[in-house]
Amino acid sequence: MSKRVDAVDLNVYYGDFLAVEGINISIDARAVTAFIGPSGCGKTTFLRSLNRMHEVLPGARVKGQLLLDGEDIYDPGVDPVTVRTQVGMVFQRPNPFPTMTIRENVLAGYKLNGARLSKSQSEEIVETSLRSANLWNEVKDRLDRPGSGLSGGQQQRLCIARTIAVKPDVILMDEPCSALDPISTLAIEDLIGELQQDYTVIIVTHNMQQAARVSQKTAFFNIAGTGKPGKLIEYNDTTAIFNTPQEKSTEDYVSGRFG
Amino acid sequence: MTSSLTQSDKRGVAGDRVFSALTVSAGVLILLTLAFVALFLTVNSRDAVYQEDQGGWILTAFLDYAYPLVIGTLIASFIALILAAPVAVGVALYISHYAPPRLSKGIGYVIDLLAAIPSVVYGAWGMSFLGPALIPIYGWLHENLGFIPLFAGDPSQTGRTIFTAGVVLGVMILPIITSVCREIFIQTPKLHEEAALALGATRWEMIKMSVFPFARAGIISGIMLGLGRALGETMAVALVLSPGMLTASLISSGNSTIPAEIALGFPEAPPGSERQAQLIAIGLVLFLITLLVNMTARWIVSRHKEFSGAN
Ligand SMILES: Nc1ncnc2c1ncn2[C@@H]1O[C@H](COP(=O)(O)OP(=O)(O)OP(=O)(O)O)[C@@H](O)[C@H]1O
Ligand SMILES: [Mg+2]
Repeated sequence: MSKRVDAVDLNVYYGDFLAVEGINISIDARAVTAFIGPSGCGKTTFLRSLNRMHEVLPGARVKGQLLLDGEDIYDPGVDPVTVRTQVGMVFQRPNPFPTMTIRENVLAGYKLNGARLSKSQSEEIVETSLRSANLWNEVKDRLDRPGSGLSGGQQQRLCIARTIAVKPDVILMDEPCSALDPISTLAIEDLIGELQQDYTVIIVTHNMQQAARVSQKTAFFNIAGTGKPGKLIEYNDTTAIFNTPQEKSTEDYVSGRFG
Repeated sequence: MTSSLTQSDKRGVAGDRVFSALTVSAGVLILLTLAFVALFLTVNSRDAVYQEDQGGWILTAFLDYAYPLVIGTLIASFIALILAAPVAVGVALYISHYAPPRLSKGIGYVIDLLAAIPSVVYGAWGMSFLGPALIPIYGWLHENLGFIPLFAGDPSQTGRTIFTAGVVLGVMILPIITSVCREIFIQTPKLHEEAALALGATRWEMIKMSVFPFARAGIISGIMLGLGRALGETMAVALVLSPGMLTASLISSGNSTIPAEIALGFPEAPPGSERQAQLIAIGLVLFLITLLVNMTARWIVSRHKEFSGAN
């Protein structure tokens, strides 16, 4: 399953500080959408509001609607825990659970759901998840070694495997390659291309080429100045954003003439 | 030959040397102190196990004397740990992950204050307040659970039992375990907490997945620090307990601990006598028990090093 995401007049706050203002966006299912924009414009903040991870920080809150296939995830009756099982997240720095083995890391989400898995079921989940994360061949002989013993790129793919193991509808990625070398980056970009067939993928990146390579649609965010809220400036097909941007600031940013 | 490479910042090098000499000597000093204490105890406890006029070695006599005290010490400390450790971990978790920031500061202060109360005060409190308050509970335990040997004997009429002593010790070691656990819990990397939350963990599941595994070694260290204090605590136990023979019952008067025995016996033991040697010898036994406890703790902590996240 994969679901579409719509934000309606969404404001995101840290305490009294309005970090992101008035976002209206419709994100397609089964597609890769890239968020680009200068540092501090609120990409991470907005991304984290999509699975209610934003409110984990003290004082952080959100106003407006965020619809997951039409259902508002900020409805008072909605449990953020449920939202997060449907909207998975991959972080900027790889964060496998250090005390768990590779196998346990992949199964961590199932353990949370309290699912009782037979040995063969869990074997199968581990293998398919690691295969979809393009990691199986590298780790199949050491599934019982700690996940923290892998290279950075492998750890990040392990985190992706952990996220897709529970079959979310949407996968959020915040600069998933920024801590990785070019080879690992390519491996993850290939992987994102494959994930798109089954999931709604939203990725934040500072790398224009990466946005151009992996995404069908791109959203450009910007801020007017420090202390001002970040806003969505332009949202369109990726080719349009990079070749025929409508806004002056988008053009400046994608052509590297920014600031 | 002086090139820019061979020339060095002389002052920096000197500072480095001084500092490394300081740290090395501090380390050596600690080892020396430890060795000296061990040596002092060993030499002075000789008379407790060897007496010319009693036909040489009297090891069995000494062991007969020592083992009830060892057991008493372990029981009291064990009761203290059983009571204090879960409460301490719970309070630390509440402070670090549940309480609103203001409240958690306040609770932290109160806990630290508990640590500043002198042990005599705890002893007096245990003797004159806690003990009597526990008498009805001892009566109830004896009546309803008397078939268990632990609650079999006549319940004490003063409440000054090994169980009371254990409770007092538990309260005494609560702050130290809490402080250590709180420090560790707070340091759990946000990255790992968020990893769990983003997978759909509730707060408690997040704590089980991220906080506890990270804090495991720290919790054990905290508990061991507490245990060390409980094993060696003298004043409070000496005041609370009315010492006596070893009994299996926790709610009768009787039993004693090594520190209490030493504290009560030492002033009356003539210098150089066999009795004094005996007291020093059980001191050595306590020293060894503490050492053993600490080494076990280190072993437990190091066993899972590979999975500690330090790599
Ligand atoms: N925990 C926080 N508390 C208060 N303000 C924050 C917090 N995190 C971010 N901000 C502020 O919110 C604004 C948006 O930050 P955000 O991290 O979303 O930017 P970003 O677009 O992801 O930047 P980058 O590209 O550098 O990652 C910034 O002004 C930042 O200072
Ligand atoms: Mg960011």
